Amino acid sequence: MNYQAIRSIYTFEMARFFRTLMQSFISPVISTVLYFVVFGTAIGSRMESVDGIGYGEFIVPGLIMLSVMTQATSNASFGIYFPKFIGTIYELLSAPVSFLEITVGYVGAAATKAMFIGIIILATSFLFVDLTIQHPFAMIAFLTLTCLSFSLLGFIIGIWAGNFEQLQLIPLLIITPLVFLGGSFYSVTMLPPIWQTITMFNPVVYLISGFRWSFFGTADVPIGLSLMAIALFTAVCLGIIAWIFKTGWRIRQ
Amino acid sequence: MINIVEVRRLTKTFDGGFEALKSVNLDIKSGEIIALLGPNGAGKTTLISTICGIMRGTSGTVTIGGHDTITAYRSARSLVGLVPQEIALEPFEKVINTVRFSRGLFGKSPNDAYLKKVLESLSLWDKKDSKIMTLSGGMKRRVLIAKALAHEPRVLFLDEPTAGVDVELRKDMWQVVAQLKKDGVTIILTTHYIEEAEAIADRVGVIAKGEILLVENKADLITRMGQKTLKIDLAESVKTIPKALSKYNLTIEANGLLYAYDTAEDRTGITGLLADLKKVGLKMIDIHTRQSSLEEIFVSLVSDKDMSVNKEDVA
Ligand SMILES: Nc1ncnc2c1ncn2[C@@H]1O[C@H](COP(=O)(O)OP(=O)(O)O)[C@@H](O)[C@H]1O
Ligand SMILES: [Mg+2]
Repeated sequence: MNYQAIRSIYTFEMARFFRTLMQSFISPVISTVLYFVVFGTAIGSRMESVDGIGYGEFIVPGLIMLSVMTQATSNASFGIYFPKFIGTIYELLSAPVSFLEITVGYVGAAATKAMFIGIIILATSFLFVDLTIQHPFAMIAFLTLTCLSFSLLGFIIGIWAGNFEQLQLIPLLIITPLVFLGGSFYSVTMLPPIWQTITMFNPVVYLISGFRWSFFGTADVPIGLSLMAIALFTAVCLGIIAWIFKTGWRIRQ
Repeated sequence: MINIVEVRRLTKTFDGGFEALKSVNLDIKSGEIIALLGPNGAGKTTLISTICGIMRGTSGTVTIGGHDTITAYRSARSLVGLVPQEIALEPFEKVINTVRFSRGLFGKSPNDAYLKKVLESLSLWDKKDSKIMTLSGGMKRRVLIAKALAHEPRVLFLDEPTAGVDVELRKDMWQVVAQLKKDGVTIILTTHYIEEAEAIADRVGVIAKGEILLVENKADLITRMGQKTLKIDLAESVKTIPKALSKYNLTIEANGLLYAYDTAEDRTGITGLLADLKKVGLKMIDIHTRQSSLEEIFVSLVSDKDMSVNKEDVA
């Protein structure tokens, strides 16, 4: 294992993040505040509680997930797309590093950034609602796994993307809708039966449900199922990445 | 001398079916400077990229320091530094950080003292905290070299290091290369400037259309292929070559005659020619000799190649 290489990639990527620290934090914080103002206060005050949880509190896990998933995806996709775009990828390809080391470096950095943002949003939430986290360790574990798996997905998108439009397309067309429809702002049980069934094909439902369970102890789907879903998702992403590096798809001609 | 790089029957066919390398064999000796000389599109970048792992060869093998570049890529690649043809750098990064990154990527533990030495040798030390986007093109190229040297490679590939670089910088670059050779680094550089190969290389490989046409000592190449010409300035120019001189390979030039001869031959015929000139009453003012440059050799090689290719096409 070339640990030195992993560390180099990781610190280099994190340096990029810290260089743009303000931009990295300000936009998620502002959007969180807006969500709280609109959904939590304005609309939430007229809503009944969901599963006995005040609406303002109820949306916190979903809000965090929404930001974390989109941030992890876009960070990781940009992280690997940028070297491709400006040509510095030659160095990765000619270095004594394996696909595993490259992936760990880039995905690790992207996941760390997303994690930071998740924690910032959580901290911001405390300003608006009174939260108690019932299973803090499970919460951290879910957050970490989500950051990692979506960073893996973003990494794949970054390798696949041939231009900046494509880079933004998948997050916009697939991830945001899946997250919005995945129960970020409502309980799946609030949907009509037919939509409940359809929703179950949305993998994000399992992640948000599990994450919400770690906050409130209640969930739309059994927690075991949530864990399996996220494990499966991670495994699929890892498999695709292994195949990409084995074949050199879109990287090595 | 042992071979530090061995390329065996290496081919590269691109997805579209274009054959950019046709069974290339190449041995690079430890400690030498070898110039791969070839016109644009000859396959120089493809060859280097395949050796360094940026592209995959379609067939054939490459070893570096005895390590196969596919099966033992870690050992092979840790010996190699690569300076790509196109400038590719993180614009917002500081010089020192990208150089540190390169060193780490190759698995070497941090050593800022060594990096300082590298940056100083490239006159980059005072720019170490500058953002790359603020540097000039020549400086950026030096940063690329610094990155390639950051992990103390034994073999350095320079893909057209002086393309688009002004004369001053080119000379600087040659000095850097000469110093690296002194430090024991093997250098492979590609170029389409003949003067460059002529100025710094120990050996020259000529590549065209994905094939290595020859690899030879630079000096040998010039002598072996060398045609010398003798220019004879006459007091009165002639319209036709006098009959008595017809046995010599003469052509008429403004103000005089040109005599082409081969330095490899025992008798150059110069003494006889000068005597015969006197006999027919032509008065010489001056004579000069000129040896063909690598450029002429190169052009004749590549055009010969073209002709043989065309013949095959016809057949
Ligand atoms: N990715 C590619 N796909 C198809 N053809 C390519 C590719 N890269 C280079 N070529 C072709 O291969 C030939 C050799 O290119 P290259 O190695 O860059 O030449 P050089 O470096 O000697 O100028 C050229 O004809 C070029 O058009
Ligand atoms: Mg080239």
